[in-house]
Amino acid sequence: MAFADHPTARRSERSLLHRLYSAYGQEAVILVAMVALFVIVGLINPRFLSPENLNTIFSGNAYIAVAAIGMAMIIITGHIDVSVGALIGVLATISGTLAVAGYPVWVAWLVPILVGMAVNALVGAMVAYARIPSIVVTLGMLSILRGGLISVTGGAWISGLPKEFLIAQAKPLGVPAPIYFMVILTLAAAFWMRYSAFGRSLYAIGGNPEAARASGIPIERRTVMVFVIHGAFAGLATLLFATQLQIIQSTVPPNLELTVITAAVIGGVSILGGTGTVIGSTLAAILFAAIGSALIFTNVSAYWLRAVIGVLILVTVLADMIRRRRQGRA
Amino acid sequence: MTRFLRHETILAVLAVIVLGILAYQSDRFFTVDNLLNQGRLMTEVGLVAILMTFVIATGGIDLSVGSIIGLTAILTGVFWQSVGLPLPLAALAAIACGTFGGFANGVIITRFGVPPLIATLATLALYRGLAEGISQARSVRGYPEWFYVLGQGNVLGVPTQLWLLVLTAIVAAIVLGLTRWGRTVYAIGNNEVAARFSGLPVDRAKLAIYTASGFAAAVAGVILVSRVSTTRSDMGTGLELDAITAVVLGGTSIFGGRGTIAGTVLGLILIQALKNGLSLAGVKGDGTIVLIGVVLIVTILISNIVHRNGNR
Repeated sequence: MAFADHPTARRSERSLLHRLYSAYGQEAVILVAMVALFVIVGLINPRFLSPENLNTIFSGNAYIAVAAIGMAMIIITGHIDVSVGALIGVLATISGTLAVAGYPVWVAWLVPILVGMAVNALVGAMVAYARIPSIVVTLGMLSILRGGLISVTGGAWISGLPKEFLIAQAKPLGVPAPIYFMVILTLAAAFWMRYSAFGRSLYAIGGNPEAARASGIPIERRTVMVFVIHGAFAGLATLLFATQLQIIQSTVPPNLELTVITAAVIGGVSILGGTGTVIGSTLAAILFAAIGSALIFTNVSAYWLRAVIGVLILVTVLADMIRRRRQGRA
Repeated sequence: MTRFLRHETILAVLAVIVLGILAYQSDRFFTVDNLLNQGRLMTEVGLVAILMTFVIATGGIDLSVGSIIGLTAILTGVFWQSVGLPLPLAALAAIACGTFGGFANGVIITRFGVPPLIATLATLALYRGLAEGISQARSVRGYPEWFYVLGQGNVLGVPTQLWLLVLTAIVAAIVLGLTRWGRTVYAIGNNEVAARFSGLPVDRAKLAIYTASGFAAAVAGVILVSRVSTTRSDMGTGLELDAITAVVLGGTSIFGGRGTIAGTVLGLILIQALKNGLSLAGVKGDGTIVLIGVVLIVTILISNIVHRNGNR
C-alpha cells in the first residue's frame, strides 16, 4: 500500500516527532530536521542564512533534486538506475556543444531532454522486454556512457557558452530560475504520482508486480514509460546543471548517481518499491546540500560530509525498519 | 546441471575468441611477462569479485567494498605513520577494521532486515566518508622497501598477490561448489523463506558472507597500497561496480540462487584481457570501458534468450 502511514487507531504517548512521522511520514521528519539545521547553524554563524549562501544551497543543488524526482519514480516501480550521473554528464556535453556551435538555445536545451528520453527508452525496453535486471542494464550503461564521454571529449572543458544559454543564472522576479524548476517539477510530479491512474499504477507495480498484472496493468509498457520519464527528468536536471557556470566540464560528476539514489531513499522511497513520494526526495536533496554547507559554516572539515550522510542514511533506514516491524508488516 | 554450465560455456567461447583476436593483433599480448602482469593488476578486483559471488548468489549485493578498500588503505597509513605501530601490525589492524566494516554490513542486513542494496549504499558513503575525514585528503608515502614485495614483488617468478588470488579462487570454488555450506548459499538465494523453514542457518551464513566480503576488500586495500606505493582516501572508488560486472558477466544471477566461481574467474579474465588487449592495440582506456559495458549487456541478453528458449 502506498499511503499506509496514516494515524493508526492505537494512539499512545509518543513524542511529537514520532506522531508527525506516523502521520505524514518521512517528508515531515526531513522538513523538521531541515528547519532545525537552519536555525541551529544560523545561530552559530549568521552568515549561513545570508541570501548568497541560501542561493548556493537551493539553486546550486536544484539539479540533484530534479534528477531525484525521476529516480524516485524508478525506485517506486521497483527498479534502480546507477547510470544517471553518467547520463547527465553526457547530456551536458551534448547541450554545451550545440550551444557553442551556434544552434538556437532552445535546440541546445531541448535536444538533451530528447536524447535522455531515447537512451532510457532503450534501457526500459531491455528491462521490460528482455527481462534483464535494471541494475545490470544500468551498470552496463554506466560504463558505456562514462567511457564514451571521456573518449569522445578527452575530458576537455567547453567554454564560450552564449549568455542567453545560461538559463540557470536567470532570475525572474528576483528568484533564481532553478528554484522555479525544482518547485514546479516536484509539485507536478507529486500530484501526478498521487492522483493519476498512471502514477498509482507505478506504486502497484512496485508493490506487487503479480497483483498489478492480474489487475490489468500493462507492466511492460509502464516500465518503459517510467524509464522514459526518468530520462526526461535527467534531461531537465542537465539543463540546470550545464547552465549554472560559464563552462561545462566534459566529465561525469563523480558519485552523482549515488547522491541522487540516496536523496530518493532518504526521502522515504522504499528500495523494495511500492512506497514513497517525490516531495520527500526533493527535500532530502536540499537537506544534503544544507548539511554540506553547514559543515563549512561551523568550521567542521567538509571531508566529513560523506560520513555524516552515511550515518544519516543508516539512521533513516533503521528507523524505518524498526517502525515497520512494530506495525507488524516487516 | 547443463543449464548451469551453459552460461559459462558461452563465456569461455567468448573468452577464447577475444584472446585469439588479441594475440593476433599484438605480439606483445601472449608473452609470459604481460600475462603475469595482467594477473597482478587483476588481483584487487578479483579478490573482491570472488567473495561478491557468494554475496550475489544469496540474492544480496555489497556496494561498500570500494569504500572498505579506501578506508583500509587510509588506516594502514595512519596506524603506521601517525599512531606509530610497526607496519605489519598497522596493516593487520587496518584489515581488522575493514573486516569489521563487512561485519557491520552483515549485522545491519540480518538483524534489522535492511535490504543489502540500501545497507551497503549507506556504508559506502559512511566508510568513504570516514576515510576522507580521517585522512583530510592527505596521502601517506614512504613505506619501507620490504612492504612492496606484496604488491610489486614476485614469489617463484609469479606476482606475490597472484598466488593469493589463485588460492582464494580455488578455496572459494570448493566451498561454493562442493560443500553443504555452498548449497546453503544457493538455497538462500533461491528462496530465503524456504531456506529458513528448512532449518538452514540463514542469518549466520549471511553474516559470515558479508564479513568475508569486507575481509577480502580489506586485504585488497593493503595489496593496493603496496602496489601503488601510496595511500589516498579515494582508493578503490568505483571498484564495486567492476567487481559486480565481473560476477554478473560470469553468470551469477543478480537475483541469487545461481552462479559459480569458475564463471566469475572467466568474467574477470575476459574483462582484464579486453582492457589489456585493447590498450596494446592502441585503444584508449575509456574506449575499453565502453566495450565492457556492451559485453556485459550483450552477454546477459544472449544468456537470457538461450535460457528462456531452453526452459519454456
